[in-house]
Amino acid sequence: MKKLSVKSVVAIGIGAALFFVLGKVAIPSPVPNTNISLQYAVEAVFATLFGPIAGIVIGFIGHTLIDATSYGPWWSWIIASAFVGLVIGLVTMKMNVEEGIDSKKLIRFNVAHIIAHVLAWGLVAPVLDILIYAEPVEKLFAQGLMAAVSNIITTGVVGTLLLLGYAKTVVKKGSLEKED
Amino acid sequence: MARIAILNYIKRPSPVHELTGTTKLIFFIVWSVASMVTFDTRILLCMLAIGAVIFRISRIRIRDISVVLGLAAVFLLLNNIFIYLFTPEYGVELYESRTVLLAGVGRYTVTAQQLFYHLNVTLKVICVVPVALLFIACTDPSEFAASLARIGVSYRAGYAVSLALRYIPDVQREYTNISQAQQARGIELSGKDKFFTRLKNSVAILLPLVMSSLNRIETVSNAMELRGFGKEKKRTWYTQRSLKRNDWLTIGFAAVILVIDLIVTFWDGSRYYNPFL
Amino acid sequence: MAEPIISFKDYGFQYLAQASPTLYHINLDIYPGEKVLIAGASGSGKSTVGSCINGLIPYAYPGESTGSLLVGGKDPARESIFNLSQIVGTVLQDTDGQFIGLTVGEDIAFALENDCVPQDEMKETVQEVAKLVDIDHHLEYAPHELSGGQKQRVSLAGVMVEKVQALLFDEPLANLDPAAGRATIELIDRIQERTGAAVIIIEHRLEDVLWRRVDRIVLMDEGRIVADMQAKAFLSGRMLLEHGIREPLYLTALRYAGVPVTEAMEPQHVGSLRLSEAQKENVRGWYRASGGYTEEKKEKPVLLDVENLTFGYTPERTNLRDVSFSVREGDMVSIVGKNGAGKSTLAKLICGFEKPTAGRICLSGRDISGDTIKERAQRIGYVMQNPNQMISRPLIWEEVELALLSGNMSAEERKERVEETLKICGLYPFRKWPVSALSFGQKKRVTIAGILVQRPQMIILDEPTAGQDYHHYTEIMEFLKSLNAQGYTIVMITHDMHLMLEYTPRAIVFSEGELLADTTAAHVLNDPELVERANLKETSLYTLSMACGVDNPQEFTKRFIACEEAYRKREEG
Repeated sequence: MKKLSVKSVVAIGIGAALFFVLGKVAIPSPVPNTNISLQYAVEAVFATLFGPIAGIVIGFIGHTLIDATSYGPWWSWIIASAFVGLVIGLVTMKMNVEEGIDSKKLIRFNVAHIIAHVLAWGLVAPVLDILIYAEPVEKLFAQGLMAAVSNIITTGVVGTLLLLGYAKTVVKKGSLEKED
Repeated sequence: MARIAILNYIKRPSPVHELTGTTKLIFFIVWSVASMVTFDTRILLCMLAIGAVIFRISRIRIRDISVVLGLAAVFLLLNNIFIYLFTPEYGVELYESRTVLLAGVGRYTVTAQQLFYHLNVTLKVICVVPVALLFIACTDPSEFAASLARIGVSYRAGYAVSLALRYIPDVQREYTNISQAQQARGIELSGKDKFFTRLKNSVAILLPLVMSSLNRIETVSNAMELRGFGKEKKRTWYTQRSLKRNDWLTIGFAAVILVIDLIVTFWDGSRYYNPFL
Repeated sequence: MAEPIISFKDYGFQYLAQASPTLYHINLDIYPGEKVLIAGASGSGKSTVGSCINGLIPYAYPGESTGSLLVGGKDPARESIFNLSQIVGTVLQDTDGQFIGLTVGEDIAFALENDCVPQDEMKETVQEVAKLVDIDHHLEYAPHELSGGQKQRVSLAGVMVEKVQALLFDEPLANLDPAAGRATIELIDRIQERTGAAVIIIEHRLEDVLWRRVDRIVLMDEGRIVADMQAKAFLSGRMLLEHGIREPLYLTALRYAGVPVTEAMEPQHVGSLRLSEAQKENVRGWYRASGGYTEEKKEKPVLLDVENLTFGYTPERTNLRDVSFSVREGDMVSIVGKNGAGKSTLAKLICGFEKPTAGRICLSGRDISGDTIKERAQRIGYVMQNPNQMISRPLIWEEVELALLSGNMSAEERKERVEETLKICGLYPFRKWPVSALSFGQKKRVTIAGILVQRPQMIILDEPTAGQDYHHYTEIMEFLKSLNAQGYTIVMITHDMHLMLEYTPRAIVFSEGELLADTTAAHVLNDPELVERANLKETSLYTLSMACGVDNPQEFTKRFIACEEAYRKREEG
């Protein structure tokens, strides 16, 4: 495996810190028990900027820290969180957001997180839950569906806006003229 | 905005604190695996009892961790309610027998098998809780990265964990400051606003936070490069401690538990301990 | 003479992403044991020179170079950044960014860990170096338990474990309170005496750096070295003002008094300054002649009244204790004191971000304790230190309009209000620009516009000029002054003693959560006991006036400021 660059190491560390902090500030949503999980929007942006490895590790460390400081680790969902970062990182690889952003890139980003969330919460998490906790399929499926929908909406809206904001901020000075 | 309540390292002299981070990390991982694998009530009860004993030895007090315990309780309660709502007869399927204790409404009867299943699922989570909490409360965060490196994780990934722990307070403070300043401009995350308004509002806090985090990444990685991070294939650790007798005993103990766990669980070819047959 | 440790020969550099070079024809030799100050306005290329020396160029910032550069006899482009880091140790401006470890000890050991130094040897070195920078009693501390000055000492220790031959400081004073800044300059001096390393300080705050001996001053402007000479020769010239750097105050005062500064006067430090009796008389003469400046201020009604305010983030600790003061309409006030004295906490309480445990806050005589953050924000605006932490919309117009969106204003009214605000802030010509195209000072204006759009009566600014060079500093402060002239009440939290002296007639001094003094700015800095307790620093004006036998240093300072303001006005129009 290729060595992680120093920048990736730092991006993972700070990404995980962000993931943790956002995961701990629960923002209540109208549907009970589905808090708006802003951390996935940030994980998606970081996976897009720093690649799949950073995505996995941010999700893994961030989610483990959240769980370990609340009720002990729930490994199946931790792995699903890591998986989200992996898939988004893979699909958006070499997208070079810092060179500007267009609708094609935005679509790719959104496709990436939709695939990632559907697979993670609809497949990875429930299958692991069945294996580890032998929980009933019906419950897991319903839970996974809720999580997927809520996370897709959050990442779709917040992640997209963050990416747009980022791209607009890093773009170099153009030949702008003053207007009176 | 209220400070985020998190569990911290609680420094106290105790045999559990004296163990190296490596030992506690191994113990924690083994314990998690053991509890995940088994569905044997006897094993789970034993693990719970051992966990309680270790908790006593650690000199961590219940009130140190009451917030966390409360959260765990809520989580477990909700999880159990969900399971019951979706599949009130799941235990019957699993244990291949049906003993009705209370005839309820429609499909919602109470069977001994269902209750037993709930007991097991709950035990599986509960018996990890004390060990997980102790791992966090008794391990000096400074030892994390070194411990990960010792069990074979690349030091780069290990150091990422250390950086996360280092910058959590900074990110938290920044989040609070930004969100306060934005609240003064009418941007609220909680309250009566609609779901999508709140999502959009959150961007007003997240964008500055993410941009400033990206700046921070730049500075920190420069600082690390300038001090030679990543120079060699290995690195030494200021905080690493060598394993002592008690460490080896603890690791051995963990191994024994895992073996017993596997043997007892799979002895009869089924993962489930079934008192009903 | 010995070989130079750093040697630029006709060196030029252009960043990959930029259209034109940042450095042109740099010729600079730095010798072992020398102490060199590199000064220059923002964008002069002084930080780029720093990055060339420590190897971040070309390692982290690629680009094209011409000419030659040798560091420790080696070409940085061919060495790894790791080898360079054993020759040059860098202390970055952002002490939180450089503090990587979870505790002081770990952070100091960081470079040794990467070098695979065995643990016992490592502990020994850490202990030794920690002692050298006087942080050895805090080895177990986490970064958030330390002050800015202490963190900087940890950074210094962290690079000194390598036994480097040169130490590079990138704007070491930017984030420190005045006394901590002075301590840093003293520490750098001591370290150099002990280790004999070459020291390079990149900084535009000349007066503060010159608190201790500096061998040479290199002045940069637009990517070129415009001066490279001994400190005393440099300071007797008039190069500084021409290149956007602030002259040390004692030199400006001498200029006002008509005393020509020469090398023979040893002008490199206010303490070393030698003045003849005639020259002293000149200074006294100027002082007498510039009298007659009196403050004429009509007593306006009280706007903000803080009564017996007490607060603690945790029940065990009190961050503010029994604080009372008031601000009148149209005031311009500084709040000063050391880091952690409770200044920012006070601002948070006034804005309603935190709730006091006791006491009350009144606005125009009405108790606002029950008001929400949003309600208070209609009347009291709060501007954070770093504009990047506030700006959340890509376009200037949107950013300024943001606060109006949650109210119930019509689109037409909003447009009118935003336009008016942009005009007040001089941003109207830029209204369609993206925020990213603006300079730091302009961004600051945008954040202030974003607050002004709600038409508050009072604005609280946290460190409005931190890290800014003289040009940007003046730009921001003159803007605030013009707002004040339009009737806005302005309260500033600051570490900058110049700012306090020049722009705010009144200063409120905090220390350890208590209000120490509420008096004139000139008085604060001429009261040695107050200066000491609040971690401030007297300016060189105080020292100069004492040396010249002026009877009232406080009045001397006041007259100096008045004179300076008159000069500035003349220059402007």
